[in-house]
Amino acid sequence: MFTMKDVNETNRMIEENKLDIRTITMGISLRDCGHPDTKIFCQNIYDKITRTAEKLVKTGEDIEAEYGIPIINKRISVTPIAIAAESCHTDSYVAVAQALDAAAKEVGVNFIGGFTALVQKGYTNGDRILISSIPEALAVTERVCSSVNLGSTKAGINMDCVREMGEIIKLTAERTKDRDALGCAKLVVFANVPEDNPFMAGAFHGVGEPEVTIHVGVSGPGVVKRALEDVRGRDFSTVAETIKRTAFKITRVGQLVAQEASRRLGYPFGIIDLSLAPTPAVGDSVAHILEEMGLESCGAPGTTAALALLNDAVKKGGLMASSHVGGLSGAFIPVSEDAGMIAAIECGSLSLEKLEAMTCVCSVGLDMIAIPGDTSAATISAIIADEAAIGMINNKTTAVRIIPVPGKAVGDTVEFGGLLGYSPILPVSKFKSDDFIARGGRIPAPVRSLTN
Amino acid sequence: MKTVITIVGQDRVGIIAMISNILAENNINILNINQNILEGFFNMVMLVNMSQAIISLKDLGQLLGEKGTAMGLDIKVQHEDIFNVMHRV
Repeated sequence: MFTMKDVNETNRMIEENKLDIRTITMGISLRDCGHPDTKIFCQNIYDKITRTAEKLVKTGEDIEAEYGIPIINKRISVTPIAIAAESCHTDSYVAVAQALDAAAKEVGVNFIGGFTALVQKGYTNGDRILISSIPEALAVTERVCSSVNLGSTKAGINMDCVREMGEIIKLTAERTKDRDALGCAKLVVFANVPEDNPFMAGAFHGVGEPEVTIHVGVSGPGVVKRALEDVRGRDFSTVAETIKRTAFKITRVGQLVAQEASRRLGYPFGIIDLSLAPTPAVGDSVAHILEEMGLESCGAPGTTAALALLNDAVKKGGLMASSHVGGLSGAFIPVSEDAGMIAAIECGSLSLEKLEAMTCVCSVGLDMIAIPGDTSAATISAIIADEAAIGMINNKTTAVRIIPVPGKAVGDTVEFGGLLGYSPILPVSKFKSDDFIARGGRIPAPVRSLTN
Repeated sequence: MKTVITIVGQDRVGIIAMISNILAENNINILNINQNILEGFFNMVMLVNMSQAIISLKDLGQLLGEKGTAMGLDIKVQHEDIFNVMHRV
């Protein structure tokens, strides 16, 4: 039997430290929806998604009410559209994105992920059509999220796609410039992408996944920060132990919610993604955890070590608490979505270069970073290449979600609203990488021994 | 099914009476009550059995939530499993 202290601790985590279930994401396979006629294909995917996810939002709300734990988002991920739509006789998948958007609105989810292509080794025809459709698809839809995997440890880096994605990001920014390039906030470029990630914008339903599955993403940076306040001045063994214990408790709640959602919806449980996902709300920041370890401001020397410890301890604590862990699992460092990161940019302690170093040890990569609108496509491609190289060599997931905001320059601020937050524009190196990016081809897969 | 009811707020006469009346009306059995006053604040955790209840957990939460707000109290009704999973391995 739990004690009154236990009850109060749990409720304090929820009410004061913003512990929540960040998302219940239903993964749905669209592999059986293929049809040469795009209209019929769109109808097939709309029908399948709305039928399968009919009760998703209601179930999430019921669990939230019964257990008293906020479940912030209910979302859907689908088979990469470049695969699912490949048999359509068409040169654009914009209509497919609109069908996904309509299905998301019908069932009441706030995002649907899977407008995706996996091109780490090269393009199929469907991949080419999908990637060229991204700017318009993200401009004319509201809830569709897009991702492209262009590198992996086993395949190397597709530098043709790296070059193309710089241009696609610029075009997406241009097509959504009336909303401060919001389209780019729904587009992620990956290396070593996980196929069961429940978090947007990079979620999709991988080809090795079952017909339908339920993934849950937990969060709770505020809870970790609060726990570390009790061990101020103690050594790092104590810090790691404290984070592990906290991650364990958070993940157990995620496991409970995942099992309940799976049981009530009648679909198998997939994975728990035990990520610390910040929001712009006060007390929900990953940067503040790093600062609690003794850094004056996030980005100060020592930040990479602090983040490495945090990311690892979160995984270790969470792994013991869940039967299946997957997705991105670790600490996210999205700039605009984290009050502490924003403050660190504003006070000058955090730069794009330091963020790049941090991505070597965080769970994803350069995330939600607003840069000047006049940054060239080649420079954006080169940033992507650097990030993909970090992922490829270190056998980890890396990603770039970068937003070149048209008409804005260093000194301006951009407001995305809601969970996407706001950010000052970060300066980008003025030195050109054009000839490097113009080469194209593939960077070969790395050797896996002699790892000095 | 066991459920945990947490009540926090300014102390006054009749809090337990109000809660237990509503529970009795809905055929909910009280298994355990843990209550104290901390610096004038009423703090109570009740464990109840809802297996014979004539109201759903969600509706009970809403009903007690509304009654609580009227009396200046914060009342939460939660399935016990959220505490079991977090604090018991």
